[in-house]
Amino acid sequence: MPNERIPDMGSTITIEKPVFNLLLSRLKEEGYLPIGPRVKNETLVYDEIESIDDLPQGYSTKQKPGNFRLVHEKHSRFFDIIPGAQSWKQFLFPSHTELFAMRKNGKSWEISSQPMEPPKYAFIGVRACELAAIQIQDGIFMREDFTDPHYRARRIHAFVISVNCTQPAGTCFCTSMGTGPRVKEEFDVNLTELDDVFVLTIGSEVARRLLAGIPFDDASGYILSNVERKLEHAEHQMTRKLDSSDLPNLIIDHLDHPYWLEIGKRCLSCTNCTQVCPTCFCWDTQDEMSLDGKTTRRNRLWDSCFNPGYSHQAGGNTRPTIYSRYRQWLSHKLGTWKEQFGTLGCVGCGRCITWCPAEIDITEEIAALRNEVNR
Amino acid sequence: MTTKKPTVAVYKFSSCDGCQLSILNMEDDLLDLADAIDIAYFLEATRAQKPGPYDIAIVEGSITTPHEIERIKEVRATAKTVVALGTCATAGGIQALRNFANAEEFARVVYGHPEYLHYLETATPLSEHIPVDLELWGCPVNKAQVIEVIVALLNNRLPNLPPYSVCLECKRRGTICVLVDKGIPCIGPATQAGCGAICPTIGRGCYGCFGPARDVNPGAMATMLRQLERYPGETARLFRGISGYAPTFRTIVDDILPANEEAQ
Repeated sequence: MPNERIPDMGSTITIEKPVFNLLLSRLKEEGYLPIGPRVKNETLVYDEIESIDDLPQGYSTKQKPGNFRLVHEKHSRFFDIIPGAQSWKQFLFPSHTELFAMRKNGKSWEISSQPMEPPKYAFIGVRACELAAIQIQDGIFMREDFTDPHYRARRIHAFVISVNCTQPAGTCFCTSMGTGPRVKEEFDVNLTELDDVFVLTIGSEVARRLLAGIPFDDASGYILSNVERKLEHAEHQMTRKLDSSDLPNLIIDHLDHPYWLEIGKRCLSCTNCTQVCPTCFCWDTQDEMSLDGKTTRRNRLWDSCFNPGYSHQAGGNTRPTIYSRYRQWLSHKLGTWKEQFGTLGCVGCGRCITWCPAEIDITEEIAALRNEVNR
Repeated sequence: MTTKKPTVAVYKFSSCDGCQLSILNMEDDLLDLADAIDIAYFLEATRAQKPGPYDIAIVEGSITTPHEIERIKEVRATAKTVVALGTCATAGGIQALRNFANAEEFARVVYGHPEYLHYLETATPLSEHIPVDLELWGCPVNKAQVIEVIVALLNNRLPNLPPYSVCLECKRRGTICVLVDKGIPCIGPATQAGCGAICPTIGRGCYGCFGPARDVNPGAMATMLRQLERYPGETARLFRGISGYAPTFRTIVDDILPANEEAQ
């Protein structure tokens, strides 16, 4: 029933699906730039969302190692897709950032930087695994002893509408990593899609204010049990597992195991896994100099430990082989990451499995390494 | 080089002139380029010529005639730095397809009077004849890379030329992988970045005109691509294109050809 109430913090409400447009309008009035999943060039990307019609209604995704397909199915749901190659990383930690510019002034250089005025993002449809990934990157870029100003400027005002996954993809394994499919915290609004309504949980005061006056109902016990059933169903559907009980030691204690050579035979060293990974954060800084030698720009670009130039330094390449680069990636992601940042670097989103052209599957490789080690 | 503008000579060997046109097509940067360097010899741009020796020789094209072998040696002898411009100069280019066939047969088919031709059996990169200081790949080259090389030479530093694959450029651009998303054969994972991932960005597979990336895994590339073949021999054809004579791509094709019999 339409009402003038303001939903309580932590409460769960339902809205009619078209009412979501009101929330989008409110966000825009408040200066937010809504970003969400969209179909563009016949594939799934994260891009600006004007209205609910821009969301991939009726679409689903089929994912397996080395294979992603966006399929149009005869349903009317907006959030049935499981994210593709892109992640929120591209907005918070863009692939290309100008850090500063220098201009020659006589014999010295003047340093200037562009004003940091990134858009105020509203992320729509953030999955539990993606939220966990954002929290991991928060811990990397917004540490107590050092905060990356570019990341911070993009992150602190971001409004997050998370979505509970009810249809995991074939490469998902978030249950193993303890990140999903259920969103638990760190959202402004958490959404579960049922056939006829959106079920929203209010997670912040900003969200309360934005939803003031928007027609909603309190979620009934029937609705809540329906949500619960869908989430349990999603958890059971997720058959892919990554046993992390003996990590990081399984990797750290067996860096010289011959199994790494086996993986190296199949790896293309193409960098795809690291680029689609929502927690990978390696970058390179490059100077872009003008022809007259008077100005130069220092840029930060996404880089990868699979780039042969990444570990090239005076005296040569410390990781001259493909297997040593794969081992580096995995022994960081599922090994030393824990010591460095307090958690493993994997959230179980499955992107590195889906987007590996060589179909290398992190869950299978860990299981295989364990088998080899225990033989 | 800091006090006096370096003299630059631009040469053409067996090629289509497209890479030289990439220099002339620099638009906004062209005037700055003319300020930064002394263009001493560049027939595609001007009839005016200054005698050598030159600081920098930029050489387009591959070596396909006996006369060109002599000429490239002269170029080397009169230039401090030789830059190979484009995939003809770095790997022989498309004309190097004759290296895998019978050049005489090609000549008979194409020319009315092949007896007037003086050609070599093979089309080869500059580096098979002279020491080359820098190689700029691409068909054609990327103008941002041309500028980067010139700026680097002006400032006595190494140019920033990526050794990694096209995949990294696709991801930086937000281009969705055509291999995984559409099943389109793409040799981007084995190809050196630098083009800006222009082909995958318009939805087609990379055909390797920037040549092999560093540390390609030939066996894994062939295994992956052969699953996606739309017709028998497609993988071999993809590698045997503009950069087909590059040693890494030759290795990949040599490994799979016995199974495919013949793929020209």
